[in-house]
Amino acid sequence: MLRPDDIRRLSRLARLEVTDAEIADVSTKLSSIVAMVDQLQAVDTAGVPPMAHPLDRPQRLRADVVTDVDRHEIYQRNAAEVERGLYLVPKVIE
Amino acid sequence: MHTRTLAQLSADLRARRISATELTIHFLDRIAKHDAILNSFITVTAEQALAAAAAADQRLASGDAAPLTGVPLAHKDIFCTAGVKTTCASKMLDNFVAPYDATIVERLQNAGAVLLGKTNMDEFAMGSSNETSFYGPVRNPWDHALVPGGSSGGSAAAVAARIAPAATGTDTGGSIRQPAALTGITGLKPTYGRVSRYGMIAFASSLDQAGVLTQTAEDAALLLEVMAGFDERDSTSLDEPVPPYSKLVNEPWERITIGVPESFFDEGLDADNASALRAALKEFEKLGATLKPITLDYIHLSVPAYYVVAPAEASSNLSRFDGVRFGYRSPAQPGDDLNAFYMRNRGEGFGPEVKRRILTGTYVLSAGYFDAYYLQAQKVRKLVSDDFARAFRDVDFVAGPTTPAPAFGLGQKTGDPIQMYLNDIYTIGANLAGLPAMSLPCGFVRNLPVGLQLVAPPLHEAQLLKAGHHFQRATDWHARVPGHYA
Repeated sequence: MLRPDDIRRLSRLARLEVTDAEIADVSTKLSSIVAMVDQLQAVDTAGVPPMAHPLDRPQRLRADVVTDVDRHEIYQRNAAEVERGLYLVPKVIE
Repeated sequence: MHTRTLAQLSADLRARRISATELTIHFLDRIAKHDAILNSFITVTAEQALAAAAAADQRLASGDAAPLTGVPLAHKDIFCTAGVKTTCASKMLDNFVAPYDATIVERLQNAGAVLLGKTNMDEFAMGSSNETSFYGPVRNPWDHALVPGGSSGGSAAAVAARIAPAATGTDTGGSIRQPAALTGITGLKPTYGRVSRYGMIAFASSLDQAGVLTQTAEDAALLLEVMAGFDERDSTSLDEPVPPYSKLVNEPWERITIGVPESFFDEGLDADNASALRAALKEFEKLGATLKPITLDYIHLSVPAYYVVAPAEASSNLSRFDGVRFGYRSPAQPGDDLNAFYMRNRGEGFGPEVKRRILTGTYVLSAGYFDAYYLQAQKVRKLVSDDFARAFRDVDFVAGPTTPAPAFGLGQKTGDPIQMYLNDIYTIGANLAGLPAMSLPCGFVRNLPVGLQLVAPPLHEAQLLKAGHHFQRATDWHARVPGHYA
């Protein structure tokens, strides 16, 4: 059972705000998901190698050469705030 | 005109019985007439479509046309389209205009296909009913009170209502096959790595695969032939030749053996669905297939394994959405530190289901839980995958239901995530194992369509499509159109 404090910890780890109004619903639903996936604990997997992805072959590498062209102006059109090619965030003092 | 298949429209265009412009106008008119109710499109690209249609007509006139030249289709709004809003059905990307084309978008465009628009979906492809979309739910064309399935629900509804002749989709746990089944159309998820994921917004990178939702298996073959193939921009792209699928589907039927896991027909399956599926399997027998009962010992664990692996990968993939380089940014508040800024951008930009998945993923990856959940799920994934490999020593396909029941009501399962997740109980195995799989319309239950799923060994798309094509020559379930849209 995940308690509100557990959800607050996950929320900080994930950099994802969960408001006080949301927290009860999130704890209930996350608890039911965790209870469902807990079925996995009963499976005997001794000696079974973990499968990270379905490709049964080594990852391909490409030649270490620059192929990208400079497209920062196009990419930065989607940013909330840009100045002289730099992404801006609110002023923070830590 | 709208009830004609992609293959038929392609022939009509090349014989100059119809122009690409006429065809495009016809479908744009149908979208304008029907989509206020269906809500299957997020963006309609009418202007670009008409320009592309005019270009296609020139190619057709000059005799330089490819099979897809002038054929209209729709892309799920998960694929980046240069200069066109690409939202993934999220408030987070409501203002995002893609700076480049996804590989499949580029390939279909080069082949001359005309883009009608971008289809609605569950937010970031997380959902099985299309109800998690920031742009509202999509309605099932067979009954507007029901969901079309998800996450490619907009693509499925658009093709089922014949307001688009075909559409692309993505499938991480059943997101092509489940909506195809619930709307009475054909849905193909290719082998993991068969189709490039470049420019497809990532959900769970070891499971995601692009595919198609079409009226027929023959149409799916036409599209896959253009979409599939090696792409150096996707590190998981398979460097394997692309067979001429659209020719191969017409080859004569070979003797095939279909494995049927009896556990798929237990009390979890609607009894009427089971009857429709049994009848469809009989039809395959009449076509010369041999049915063989098989067992998949670990398949019942595919849902829990998936709901560890997929959220874990999602929590990592979606960490890129911080409100700095792109995406939603919350208005600044006094006293913000950088963390508060990130947390609010993400907390306000993502909807409830996406938040649950990110938090679940964060939980299973966090210190102290990694081995018990994430590593254990990867081991169970191996067991599920080995089950299929063992089965394919004796059979050509594994057949079963695509979904446990016909389409359900809007709002019926939104309160209980587990009930929603169990909708994908028959489809998730193919994603965990990376196998190609297809849903075919195979009957009706209470006036709603039912889908039969066939799963094949890696890279056996041609065999799957051929089996589907032969089945569809012997049956007419795929040709049924909801009355309102006929």
